[in-house]
Amino acid sequence: MSVTEIDLAPARGQSMPAVQEAEASAQTDQFITFKVGAEEYGVDIMEVREIKGWTQATRLPNAPTYVRGVINLRGTMVPIFDLRARFGGGETEVTKTHVVVIVRVKERVIGILVDAVSDILSIDRSTVQPVPEMDGAEDAKFLCGLVSIEDRMVALLTLDRMFSLDRVDQKSLSAAELQN
Amino acid sequence: MDPTDRFKRTYFEECGDLLSSAEARLMSLGDDPQDGEAMAGLFRAVHSIKGGAGAFGLDRLVKFAHEFETVLDGFRSGKASLDLESHATLLRALDTLADLVQADRSGLVLLDNHEAAAAAELAALKSSLGLQRSGASPRSAGPGRVAEIEPRQKRRWRVRFTPSRDLLRKANEPLLLLRELRTLGAVKVAVDTSAIPDLASIEPDGMYLCWVLEVETAENEERICEVFEFVADDCEIAIEPLPPTSADGPEEPLPAAATALARATETDRAAQGAIAPVSGEQSTIRVDIEKIDRLVNMVGEILITQAMLSQQVAAVQGDVVPELAAGLSQMAAHARELQENVMSIRAQPVKSVFQRMPRLVRELSAQLGKEARVLMSGEDTEVDKTVIEQLSDPLVHMVRNALDHGIEMPDARVTAGKPRTGTILLSARHRGGRIVIEVEDDGAGIDRRRVLEKCVARGLVAPGAAPSDEEIDNFIFLPGFSTASKVSDISGRGVGMDVVKRNIQALGGRVHIDSKPGRGSRFTLSLPLTLAVLDGMIVTLGVERYIVPLASIVESLRPLPRDVARLAGSGRVMALRGEYIRLVYLAQVFGCADAVNDPCRGLVVVAEVENGLKVGLVVDEILGQQQVVIKSLETNYRQIDGISAATILGDGRVALILDLAGLGRVAEAADAAPTAPAALPPPTGSSPAVAQ
Amino acid sequence: MSKRVLTVDDSKTMRDMIAFTLRQAGYEVVEATDGKNALEALAQSKVDCIITDLNMPEMDGLELIRRLRANAAYGATPILMLTTESDSEKKNDGRAAGATGWLVKPFNPEKLVQTVSKVCP
Repeated sequence: MSVTEIDLAPARGQSMPAVQEAEASAQTDQFITFKVGAEEYGVDIMEVREIKGWTQATRLPNAPTYVRGVINLRGTMVPIFDLRARFGGGETEVTKTHVVVIVRVKERVIGILVDAVSDILSIDRSTVQPVPEMDGAEDAKFLCGLVSIEDRMVALLTLDRMFSLDRVDQKSLSAAELQN
Repeated sequence: MDPTDRFKRTYFEECGDLLSSAEARLMSLGDDPQDGEAMAGLFRAVHSIKGGAGAFGLDRLVKFAHEFETVLDGFRSGKASLDLESHATLLRALDTLADLVQADRSGLVLLDNHEAAAAAELAALKSSLGLQRSGASPRSAGPGRVAEIEPRQKRRWRVRFTPSRDLLRKANEPLLLLRELRTLGAVKVAVDTSAIPDLASIEPDGMYLCWVLEVETAENEERICEVFEFVADDCEIAIEPLPPTSADGPEEPLPAAATALARATETDRAAQGAIAPVSGEQSTIRVDIEKIDRLVNMVGEILITQAMLSQQVAAVQGDVVPELAAGLSQMAAHARELQENVMSIRAQPVKSVFQRMPRLVRELSAQLGKEARVLMSGEDTEVDKTVIEQLSDPLVHMVRNALDHGIEMPDARVTAGKPRTGTILLSARHRGGRIVIEVEDDGAGIDRRRVLEKCVARGLVAPGAAPSDEEIDNFIFLPGFSTASKVSDISGRGVGMDVVKRNIQALGGRVHIDSKPGRGSRFTLSLPLTLAVLDGMIVTLGVERYIVPLASIVESLRPLPRDVARLAGSGRVMALRGEYIRLVYLAQVFGCADAVNDPCRGLVVVAEVENGLKVGLVVDEILGQQQVVIKSLETNYRQIDGISAATILGDGRVALILDLAGLGRVAEAADAAPTAPAALPPPTGSSPAVAQ
Repeated sequence: MSKRVLTVDDSKTMRDMIAFTLRQAGYEVVEATDGKNALEALAQSKVDCIITDLNMPEMDGLELIRRLRANAAYGATPILMLTTESDSEKKNDGRAAGATGWLVKPFNPEKLVQTVSKVCP
């Protein structure tokens, strides 16, 4: 618990002008990257709310294996998704050093369980490579691009696509829309 | 058994013990007249007999025991000493007392003068000892006050309430007094804080505030005095009538704003500032309901955080700073009060729902050719906005039902010796943290014979079965039930009392019927005051904890293996007092691999699912009861079958709240595929993409 | 959470009736047979309100009220005493000892619930 409890709100506030400036000139975006095994993924920093240490989640009945359960985040129920399991790598064996990235996807707040946060990158849009078409690879649908940074490759995630693939979300979203 | 009969039986059994102990003590007093202990015991025995007799209205017994007790009190308090003659008098009095008890117990009627001799002896002894106890003569508990139906004119009163410094030291709480005053009518509150000393000289349990209250009520001055009954010796109180305000006539109800203002001023009574304006402009603001909801949420968080802190402090054994524990418990009290106040902002009087009923009844009466009127009481009783919204439909249906099935045609009523016009009484009141709403009619009562016939005809009850009256009354809650011989367009709309019951249960409420043939029926609804919290029982399944809504729980037990049987194709059942109850193995339904999953080693919580159908939930153990704050899972996730919502427990972890009605359906699906119940996909096409 | 009431009376009839009535009204009820027993019960669990008879063996109601008021933990717990109409002296003693209010015996269930909710809603 003591390790990683980073509230990104002030950091984001500071970086705002920088991002806007960058956009005006060279179309760069900031991404937070994190590791799952040997792979590195990135999400748009604007989608990230905070990063917190792993706390035991309460299991949800009859949920797919990549749903680790739900935690209490200052009074709201936040479901935790296991990124490794989502990509078919089996359930993550959590330790104290594992990290949950809290992100906002459309109207929802969810947590993504990853091994560790590695970096904050400014990425020039023009350097983003398209994801190559692969036969039957569902995973590709969750990615919006690949970036090479020095000798590493970072896969950028499209969270809304990743979790709207769960018919889970579609169903209740439409119900919520009806109510609004 | 009627509870009164049960208590009476306990009472008479206890009287037997008391009489023999009294006799033993009186005997030992014969040996040692100075035995103070024995005299005190004797006095207590007679006093207890008198106390119980009063509660059951056994006036003759009370009267005699009172005389006896008075004499004993004289000896006990040392005003006189016991000699041989007076000892003999006491012995005869005790025998007489035993006769009177025995007579009441067996229903015998003693001669009018049976106790006359002993009473005369006691009286003589009393006067010779110069004993005269103060106070009025004893009486037995009369019947409850009959509610006044005629609305009286409202009047305004000013109450100056100046507590003494010591008021709080007897645990009297001005806030409760103000709240009680509010039950009489709209109250405007002004507080005088000028007596508060500076911090250095303040006594923490000293009372430094005084109030000027303006109450508008139909009740009389005596009733206002009654509110302050317990503090009368610890305060100065002045009550004076006020002239009606010119702005709103005496019959005009105070606008809701005034109530809100009263609430607000009451809440910040301790806040800085001089006397708030007693009369003049009413300042209210309109607030977006969302803001209030956020406030409600935040307060819920504070309560949870507070519970977490308390738990952690309690877990640190020994050297906890006492100030810390004291501070925490004080914070807990503040947090609870804050919650009550915040909840009260959302509260609205049930009037808004009640008010629709007179018109409904007038229109329906005309259609049905009946004559009926609606009387209301307690329409100012407040309950959370969400509950009010959900209450409307069930109430409309119940009033319809009362008029359609309860109230007879005018001529039939006259023949039965009743007034032509039937009465439907709607009442609301708070009781033990819930709101109780009653719909009572003076109609024909439930026609049990016809209800039973219908049930048999529809195969709901086996022919030849002999259900009790109470059971028959409850049959009207069976799905699709209707006793109207022709389908009228009033109640026969495809919506039955079963829907009413289901809706009420969905709100965490209960429905109870009381019906007397020829005299009428009374439906009593009991609902939680808010839907933001729930009384729950915490159960465990392996490492996870689940909350079962307390309102649905019937009992819990650990069955013997021979009481559990497997039914082909439909899961397992448990025999309980001649009834078969379907078992729901929660661990299987929810896929909890580490749970006990055995009713005979864990526990079975018997709960009512819907329409009186009971199921047995197989759990590991019960941790206790708790009020929990309800949290939606759908905001960030989705609906889960069998789960209604989630909550946060004292350790900060999430626990899921069971949706019993939904659980029944999930369990059926699980039972249908016993081979792999846990892996069963949810039935609604929301199956996980992981299968791909 | 429902409020917890401790009823202290040496008469089982009284305890039963009070407990039954209050439970019906949604309170949780703990019972004790006299003052001493009440103190033991309080050591086990906290309560929100105490209803005590005055005449009891071992430790009577007045002594119980005095001891509770002397204990900071119960300084603010409402205590109702059961009195009879003929007992105005006792009532005054009880008030002086620190009782919050009183209930005159005999009483009917409505009165009991009404009085308890007055000090412990």
